[in-house]
This record gives sequence, C-alpha cells and structure tokens, in this order.
Amino acid sequence: MTTPPSTPAAHPAIEFAGVRKDYISHGEAVPAVKSLDLAIGQGEFFSLLGPSGCGKTTTMRMIAGFEEPTAGKVFLDGKDVTGVAPNKRDVNMVFQSYALFPHLTVQQNVAFGLERRKIAKDEIKRRVGEMLEIVSLTGMERRQPKEMSGGQQQRVALARALVNHPRALLLDEPLGALDLKLRQQMQIELKRIQREVGITFVYVTHDQGEALTMSDRIAVMNGGLIEQLGSPRDIYERPATRFVAGFIGTSNIIDGNVSWSDQGYAVLDKGPGERVVVPVPGGVAVGRNIEVSIRPEKIDLHRTIPAEVTGSLLSGVVSEVVYHGTSTNYTVVTSAGTDFVVFDQNAHDAEDVASRGERVFLTWAPQHSYPIGV
Amino acid sequence: MDRVKRTLAPYLLVLPGGLWLVVFFAVPMATMVSLSLQEGDVVNGFVFTGHWQNYVESLADYQTQLIRSLVYGAVTSFVLIVLAFPVAYWIAFYGGRRKATYLFLILLPFFVSFVLRTISWRMLLTDDGVLLHPLKEAGILPGDFQVLGSATAVIAGLVYSFLPFMVLPIYVALERIDPRVVEAARDLYASPVSSFTKVIFPLALPGVFAGVLMTFVPASSDYVNSELLGSSETTMIGQVIQSKFLSNSDYPSASALSFTLMAVLLVGIFVYARALGTEDVMKVAAR
Ligand SMILES: Nc1ncnc2c1ncn2[C@@H]1O[C@H](COP(=O)(O)OP(=O)(O)O)[C@@H](O)[C@H]1O
Ligand SMILES: [Mg+2]
Repeated sequence: MTTPPSTPAAHPAIEFAGVRKDYISHGEAVPAVKSLDLAIGQGEFFSLLGPSGCGKTTTMRMIAGFEEPTAGKVFLDGKDVTGVAPNKRDVNMVFQSYALFPHLTVQQNVAFGLERRKIAKDEIKRRVGEMLEIVSLTGMERRQPKEMSGGQQQRVALARALVNHPRALLLDEPLGALDLKLRQQMQIELKRIQREVGITFVYVTHDQGEALTMSDRIAVMNGGLIEQLGSPRDIYERPATRFVAGFIGTSNIIDGNVSWSDQGYAVLDKGPGERVVVPVPGGVAVGRNIEVSIRPEKIDLHRTIPAEVTGSLLSGVVSEVVYHGTSTNYTVVTSAGTDFVVFDQNAHDAEDVASRGERVFLTWAPQHSYPIGV
Repeated sequence: MDRVKRTLAPYLLVLPGGLWLVVFFAVPMATMVSLSLQEGDVVNGFVFTGHWQNYVESLADYQTQLIRSLVYGAVTSFVLIVLAFPVAYWIAFYGGRRKATYLFLILLPFFVSFVLRTISWRMLLTDDGVLLHPLKEAGILPGDFQVLGSATAVIAGLVYSFLPFMVLPIYVALERIDPRVVEAARDLYASPVSSFTKVIFPLALPGVFAGVLMTFVPASSDYVNSELLGSSETTMIGQVIQSKFLSNSDYPSASALSFTLMAVLLVGIFVYARALGTEDVMKVAAR
C-alpha cells in the first residue's frame, strides 16, 4: 500500500500477546481488558473505538507503561516492554485533559522530553521551533498554558509529544474537550500531521464518525474485548457482530429463519410477497435463524409496490418523519414486526416521499443485506 | 434605590471586620508607636518626648537575642520543610480515602494547650527523662549529656509547635497537582527523581512559601519554647519583650523592640519574596 519506511519494518510498532488486565477494587479483581491479541503496524493510524468503560484507556495505558498487564506481554518494535518504566518506552501520550505543565511556558513544555534525554541545547531549540511551526503555534513560545485556549493547549500537548519523534503517538480522546467546529478542524489537522511525520498513531475515541474518517484500521471494543478489527469500510459495511452494527452508525437489524438457500444467497420469508434476500457466500442451512443488518441509506422507500423487485421487499407504516437538511429520516413499523430507519437523500425530492401514517414499501438490493456472524 | 443598595453592600459587609481591625489592631499599634517614643518610669509616669533613642539603645542591648531569634526561626522553618514535605507528600499521594484522618492526626496535638505540650517536651528531654535515661544506661550517651537548655531543645520545641503550619499548605499545594501532569513527565522520559525535581516540587513551591511565612514569623517571635526548654544561652527576643513589659514595666523599650522585630521580619519576608520571584507570591495570593 505505502512504501516501506527507511528501516525495514520487520516488527509491528505495537503488539499485544494474550494480554489481560484486572483492576483490584475493594479486594476484588475487576476485568477491564479480558483478552487482547493485536498488532499495530508501523506508520498506521489505528483507532480504538468503543463505548465508555470498554477498556480503551486501559489498553493505551498499557502501551505507555502506566499500567502493567495482569497476564500476557506487550511488545514495542518487537521488543518485550512488559514491566519497563514509562520513561524508558519510546512512545508518547497526548492526554485527554492535555496535562500540560502549568508552571512552564509553551517552549519549556515542548522542550521537556528532549531535555530529559540530554539532547544538545541548540538542537532542542531548532526542533521545538520546527514543531511549533507544524502545529501553528509559532510566536507563542513564552505563553503559559493557562493563557491559551483549549484548541491551542491541545496543539501544545501534541507538539510536546511529537517533538520527541516517538515510535508511536498515543492519543486518548484528544479532541473530546473541544467544541464541534474545532474538533472537525483538528481531525483534519491531526490526519495531515500524521501523514507529515509518518509516526504510528494510536487513537482512542468513543466517536464513531471520528474513527471512520481518520483511521487506517479500527478496533471496535466492547466489554474488554475486541469485537471487530478492520478498515473503516469493513466495519461500516460488514459489521461482524450485532454490537458493531449498532454502535457504528445506524443499522436496521432483522432476524428470521432461512426458508431458501442456494448459490450463495439465502432468503428469509417475511409474509406474503415479503422477503429479505441476503448473500451468504459460504452457504447456510435452511431453517437456521440468522440476523441481517441493513444500512438506512441503502433502502428505497416507495408509496406503491414496485413492479419489479430483485432484492428484499418489506411493507410497513411510517411512524416518524424527521427532516435533516441533506436527508429525510423515516421510521417505518414493518409488517414483519421490526422498526426500520430509512435515510432518503433530499437530492431529487423537494417534497417528502411519504408522510406519517402512510403505508409504504421498502426495497434494497441483495448486496446491501449483510448477515451478522454467518 | 436598588443601585444604592448594591454599591453600598460591599462596604457594609466589610464594616464589622474593618471596625474590629481599627479597634483591636490600629489603635493598639498607634498606642505602641507612641509608647516607644516616650520617656519615664511606672512610678512617675511616661511622657511623650519623641525619644527615638529607645530604638537605638534597645537594639544595641539586645541585638544578640534578636539575631538569635531570627536564626532559630530560619532553622525551624528549614527543618520543618524537610520534615513536613515527605509527610504532606505521603498524605496527598498515598493517603487514599483516609487523607482526612491523617490530616486530623497531624492536628490532634493542637487540641492540647500549647503550654502543656511544651511542658511535656520538657519532661521528655530532661536529663534523666524517658528519652535520655535509657540511652545513658545503655552507655550510648555519656552520663553528663544534656539536651534541655540547649538551642537544640528550643528548636526541637519550635519545630514541634509549628509542624501543622508547614504540613497543611504543602499538602494543599500537592493535592492540587493533577496526577496526569506527573504521568506526562514520566511519559516524557523523566525518571521518578527528575519528575519530582522538575514537576512536583516546583508545583508545590507556593505551598512551601506559604508554610515558611506561617512558621518563620511566629517561630522567630516565640517566647514559650525558649522559656520552658531553653536557658539564658537561648533567650529569644520574645522573652526579652515579654519580661520588659510584664516584669520590668519598661514599656518604651519593650515597644521599641517589638517594632524593631516587626520591621526586621517584614523586610526579611520582602527580601525572601523577591528572591523567590513575585510570581510565586502572586500564586500564593491567588489561591
Ligand atoms: N484505576 C482503576 N481502578 C479500578 N477500575 C478501573 C480503573 N481504571 C479503569 N477501571 C475500570 O476498568 C474499565 C475500563 O476502563 P477504561 O479503560 O478507562 O475504559 P474506557 O477508556 O474505554 O472508557 C471500566 O469499567 C473502569 O471502571
Ligand atoms: Mg477512557
């Protein structure tokens, strides 16, 4: 995909082997990360995505060395770093609260890591200057953190970590405290910086949109386990579990018994003339109960039954119409018993396709049905 | 009407405290200034003559005690920093849910009258007391070894008396430190030692400053510890002032000495604040 870095990347930047982490709380072991086997490549923008409490921060703190695994090993560049102190690990962290040194100026904050590593004075000066330029903070060298806005503090935190050229940069919900506009701006900025410096980024977030737009790969975590690992497209289009389908964007999930299966397709019968057609490349036994996920924007909404339907067809009654500017969202109570959400682009329709209480028909192509866990 | 009320409100609020200060601080101060410039004796009465020589004479007579007091105060503050910092550090970072309990334990001795406490120290340090007797028996100390009456005993007493005034401000400063900031230091290649010297200690400095302010001033002007634990070799300026006021009824020179002490302490604090940088003083003030 990309050209290899100057030193051949024989080892993944970060590797977890059979890692478990329990916290001791009131004398009891509480699992935070249950089982983690994971390799993050050199130069990759890798996201850990999941709801609050799923173990993202714990995972990241085990890379930085602030937590030690209860079982298993952590490798950086192929070297076992389990038990190695944080100051001896060549990774740097950007904390959610930034954790800038309040008694030091911007210049001193950014120079902190280089000074600890006894880099020559004039080189420190040069590198700090360069880095402040990258994060657009030139001219603010003498400011104290408290004299800066949230967005500027965020950039200082980033510069303070990146200036050390770590093997990997760890970012724990770095944009969580910023307002929407600034957050979107920083997302683009972060992606640009990552391309520019070519360092592995491990990015923790609970914001699926953020993970989808920025990452090369995403690990979706839930309850201390990775539910799915893949590219943003993989995860969005082909969710491996019901949890992933529900957590990433909006999904319609319908289940039923397979009534017909042939040539890599299965059909779930949903009443007279109604059906869900789903591709199952590996085949599936007739009679088996399966779950199917369908993205709301893939579904077409009709007021009359279409003449020719090649894929799935369901009927139902519109219970909610919400206008969103670029699209209109319909909630449809289907005769099959499941509520469906349909996003209809407002590109062509000046008027709503259907209104509340109206009977409608939903159709979608076979390839837009995705079987979960089959 | 409302506006009048609103503009007046702050002044009304400050009125009781302000009056209190005027009556119980400003008036006695003015009286003392006047006293320090009077001549005479108790029998014939004192008259205001603007006799500023009171200052020169009393300072010439008691400069030894004055300097000694300042030295004792400084040593006390220094020993207190060394003793209190680890205690405050431990409570702030390892106190867990019992922090309040530990702080209470630090304050507990202060529920006993400080005269009683100092007398107990006297019993502790006495030549054949619980501390020295066994050590002498065991031959660790020579039979004629003495602590009571020495500068060591007085400073030990002072340190003990003012311990909480050093522990508490340092604790407060340490408690405010975001643990993530310390982690950030470790993340940026700082060893445990350099994360202490480069981050934790500088951030605790305002607390140390406040602690010195709260211990150096009262320790330098203390008269109880030297009275009970010291000897004529350890006489402090507080004792001199006290005996001049209460035993000799030499009010003018007692007042003159009081003002001299006050002036010296104010200048000392000012120099100290400048040396540490006004920044830190402002920080203390802002907290
Ligand atoms: N220091 C700790 N002591 C005890 N339990 C903890 C500690 N840190 C995290 N936990 C628990 O471990 C789980 C995972 O936490 P965390 O890794 O912070 O999740 P996330 O970052 O995904 O929100 C949570 O249930 C949390 O309550
Ligand atoms: Mg977290």
